Amino acid sequence: MGKNLFQKVWDAHSVQVLPNGQTQVFIGLHLIHEVTSPQAFGMMRDLGLKVAHPERTFATVDHIVPTDTRLRPYRDSLAEGMIVALEQACKEFGIRFYDVSSGHQGIVHVIGPELGLTQPGMTIACGDSHTSTHGAFGAIAFGIGTTQVRDVLATQTLSLGPLKVRKIEVSGKLAPGVYAKDVILDVIRRLGVNGGTGYAYEYAGDAIAALGMEERMTLCNMSIEGGARVGYVNPDDTTFAYLKGREHAPKGEAWDKAVAYWRSLASDPDAAYDDVVKIDAAEIAPTVTWGINPGQAISVKERVPRAEDAASEAERASIKEALDYMQLEAGAPIEGVPVNVAFIGSCTNGRLSDFREVANFLRGKKVASGVRALAVPGSMSVARAAEAEGLDAVFREAGFEWRQPGCSMCLAMNPDKLIGRELCASSSNRNFKGRQGSPTGRTVLMSPVMVAAAAVSGRIADAREVFGISRSS
Amino acid sequence: MALAKISSVTGRAVYVPGDDIDTDRIIPARFMKCVTFDGLGAYLFNDVRRTEDGASKNHPIDDPRYQGASILISNNNFGCGSSREHAPQALAKHGFKAVIAESFAEIFFGNSTTLGMPCVSLGHDAILKLARAVEQDPTLEVTIDLESQAVRAGSLSLPFTMKSSAREALVSGQWDPIGQLLDGKGKTEKLAAQLPYLHF
Repeated sequence: MGKNLFQKVWDAHSVQVLPNGQTQVFIGLHLIHEVTSPQAFGMMRDLGLKVAHPERTFATVDHIVPTDTRLRPYRDSLAEGMIVALEQACKEFGIRFYDVSSGHQGIVHVIGPELGLTQPGMTIACGDSHTSTHGAFGAIAFGIGTTQVRDVLATQTLSLGPLKVRKIEVSGKLAPGVYAKDVILDVIRRLGVNGGTGYAYEYAGDAIAALGMEERMTLCNMSIEGGARVGYVNPDDTTFAYLKGREHAPKGEAWDKAVAYWRSLASDPDAAYDDVVKIDAAEIAPTVTWGINPGQAISVKERVPRAEDAASEAERASIKEALDYMQLEAGAPIEGVPVNVAFIGSCTNGRLSDFREVANFLRGKKVASGVRALAVPGSMSVARAAEAEGLDAVFREAGFEWRQPGCSMCLAMNPDKLIGRELCASSSNRNFKGRQGSPTGRTVLMSPVMVAAAAVSGRIADAREVFGISRSS
Repeated sequence: MALAKISSVTGRAVYVPGDDIDTDRIIPARFMKCVTFDGLGAYLFNDVRRTEDGASKNHPIDDPRYQGASILISNNNFGCGSSREHAPQALAKHGFKAVIAESFAEIFFGNSTTLGMPCVSLGHDAILKLARAVEQDPTLEVTIDLESQAVRAGSLSLPFTMKSSAREALVSGQWDPIGQLLDGKGKTEKLAAQLPYLHF
């Protein structure tokens, strides 16, 4: 029996079994940002500890950074305090900080891959649940708490238990207008928001192999929304082509050695899995959420569920709670629900290919009156590349605001927030109550192209119809 | 590093019903603009406890009958969403010492264990039984016995489940792994010396 990638990477990084019964696991890459690291540095100082491998930790600032003006000090003194704390910690402990002056600042899960820091076969940890994004490269990447950030800083290791592995095989071809975002929303809808607890998700099948790296990142990014701390795709030629020439990628002879090693890590054809789920790509439609967790999703052509149709009392209660909060009518179509805000960005869908794809359809269209539309590139590199292609002009001419890079309205720790009960068509990853900064604000998750369709229609709409995307092409 | 052996937690309890109570609900992101965890207790469940004007929404946490409760009872997938340790920290700073729920999200569970805050699971019916008992008598003393793996309250004795590694770590005072990880420095460096990608 062969091994899957998770087992190979786990074995390669297992230092020892600890007295507490857990495994001490070496962490190949540690990424930090301003929200979940300051307390960890505080703990390091309290315990008088040094960073074991400062060369394996990289910092950036993303959550609290304003996207209009980045002049320092920030108007929000709390945000300024956080960035100052990170600057001081990086200096004190000798950690490389990709700040705004580096020209590479951006969302931590966007810059890791684009700098070539993220590589196949690594263990990657970051105090952020969307660290699963990096699994797109065939890395085992997961979010950790702040005390664990301390552990990685102090020892470059973590105390962990192994995960089971579920293979999610998506076969066939995605229809035009259907994206990785729809695939992952569909997976979470099928398996539930806690279906992945205790599992790593391995995404496989020809529909996954056909995805570019940025779509694979979207897919792996939301694994945690299905309860799976880890999601990954086996490395292949698409992975290697993306990495080649990037700043931290191996060069010259080392490159060939690296590719041979990376190839050997892919799951063996006869690898064992704890579970296998098969999905037909052709069944996946443009998908949107209607509720207050990412599993509460339907295709854009479906109707909002009714509490009375629920299978259990608990489900009935959760549908009712969601509909009350979202102010949606049970049994009514989701298509046509008015939107107030459109947001394209985040670690889920704030990469160059996202803006390119939307721009293809947005040319000559206008954002509906009364809709506030934000396009927020995931990093300074994404912004530069998009601007070099004139994509910013396409967005601006259509009526979007083209902003500076950061997490922005995904979690609204910066000034970008919903107001009151505004409903936002959002390319981000969470539709929790209050997620986008207003305690009563409403979020409908969807792909960037679907957000653009909502922006120009002023309501939730089928992008295939709005933009004339042929279903048969 | 000597840690307390946590073999039981005893206190009054409060039931916060609901599946999928996420970390944004436990501590909304805007309250994470801080460089210490110290002040987080005040904002626990903020947006479901208070209106934007600060008026009470009569959340169970604010019910005078449950003041001083140190055990939180909830339903499925408690703590889903973000990896923010701010969530268990907010619970702890508010005065909670343990959580009993039908199930927990993985990162939340791990973060809580590392803080020495046990998270134990009961089935749906057992949760409802316990919640009813606490609602009938908010002064009822609830004990989570990590040795015998049961939740006891009045005449109730409910066997709970918990990942054994976490239970053993709490009971044996090994819930914060930093000392053990530091002790592994020699072995860590040996592994690093052999890890192919560190030497391409």
